[in-house]
Amino acid sequence: MDHSSNTHSPEVTFHHAPAGDEHVKKIIRTTVILSVITLIELALGFGIYFIHQSPDYSHALVLFIKGVIVILSLLKAFYIVGVFMHLGDEVRNLIMTIVVPLLLFVWFIAAFLWEGNSWLNLRNTDAGSRPYPEKQIVAPKDAKKPGVE
Amino acid sequence: MATAATVDTKWWGGGRSPFNVEYGKLMMWYFLMSDAFTFGAFLISYGTIRFSQNYWPDPNHVFNAFPFAGHANLPLAFVSLMTFILIISSVTMVLAVHAGHHMDRKGVIKWMAWTIVGGIAFLGCQAWEWTHLITGHHAVMIDGQIQEIGTTVSRNPWGAVIPGVLHDGEAVSKTGPVAFGGYFFGITGFHGFHVLSGVVINIIMLAMTINGAFDKRGHYQMIEKAGLYWHFVDLVWVFVFLCFYLI
Repeated sequence: MDHSSNTHSPEVTFHHAPAGDEHVKKIIRTTVILSVITLIELALGFGIYFIHQSPDYSHALVLFIKGVIVILSLLKAFYIVGVFMHLGDEVRNLIMTIVVPLLLFVWFIAAFLWEGNSWLNLRNTDAGSRPYPEKQIVAPKDAKKPGVE
Repeated sequence: MATAATVDTKWWGGGRSPFNVEYGKLMMWYFLMSDAFTFGAFLISYGTIRFSQNYWPDPNHVFNAFPFAGHANLPLAFVSLMTFILIISSVTMVLAVHAGHHMDRKGVIKWMAWTIVGGIAFLGCQAWEWTHLITGHHAVMIDGQIQEIGTTVSRNPWGAVIPGVLHDGEAVSKTGPVAFGGYFFGITGFHGFHVLSGVVINIIMLAMTINGAFDKRGHYQMIEKAGLYWHFVDLVWVFVFLCFYLI
């Protein structure tokens, strides 16, 4: 057992054995994973850019790609917190006091984006006093290209 | 195994910390959690405003410049560089913490120095990007007149392009939603301030390491705490990058 004595802190019941070379390998592996995920995100970002260029682009497809990018970002967050910040190596009690409060974000995000959408509807219908106008999707155009509609 | 020891330990029986980490490190975790809510509130507020608008600028058109590349259209290129700088500086920070666990002073000094270099490089990139946005003027139609304006907290030249109107060979746009600049400069500025304070903390840690302060204490836990803060800065950037540049 690695119940080494408490050399410096009464709060620490047991110390993790100093990690060896396999830990460095884990760091390098995580670096590669983070870099690859970032490259995939960038590729998808360029994908959105080229989809916007085409005249008849699909909104649903762009939304789907954006959803994939969000999931990939959460994966990156998991690796940074779990491996780089070593939260995965801490005792369960500590992990839970950090992770459980963050679940509030689920409601926080859902409620406020819902609110934003409701605001959009009120704006477009003068607070419900007129019907919703024909949906006008304004595609952001390349400002550098003159003459493009 | 370290994990095997936890099974038999009565964590809530009193007489010991149920979290098995030293006080300062535990408080750093709780500070970072509260900071996550601060950043989260900013980003969610940005999302709310963005959802409420019929039009929002496309990041691929706003952020398409690269230093010394003139007017070349390079969407995402510069911000990818910034992202990789921050990921690499996070890696050198883990290696500094790892060296600290082994009481390897030289290793800590080497990796902390690289982390600081990465942090300063990131701040330099951000300074360039802000300058480019604020001083880069674009033709916009305001009250029937064509004006050239930059991106600031009160002006946004990134509206929808007005068909057929040209000014010096450049397409003329409407003004975009004002909130764009405020959120962009506010949130990247708040993140940049975290990077700046992280660099200052890291420089102090480096100086203490060089002076042998941690060898005298017998542990390098301060490096671990500074490391937690630094990784958090990287973590926040993942979401800033997501919300402002990718989607």
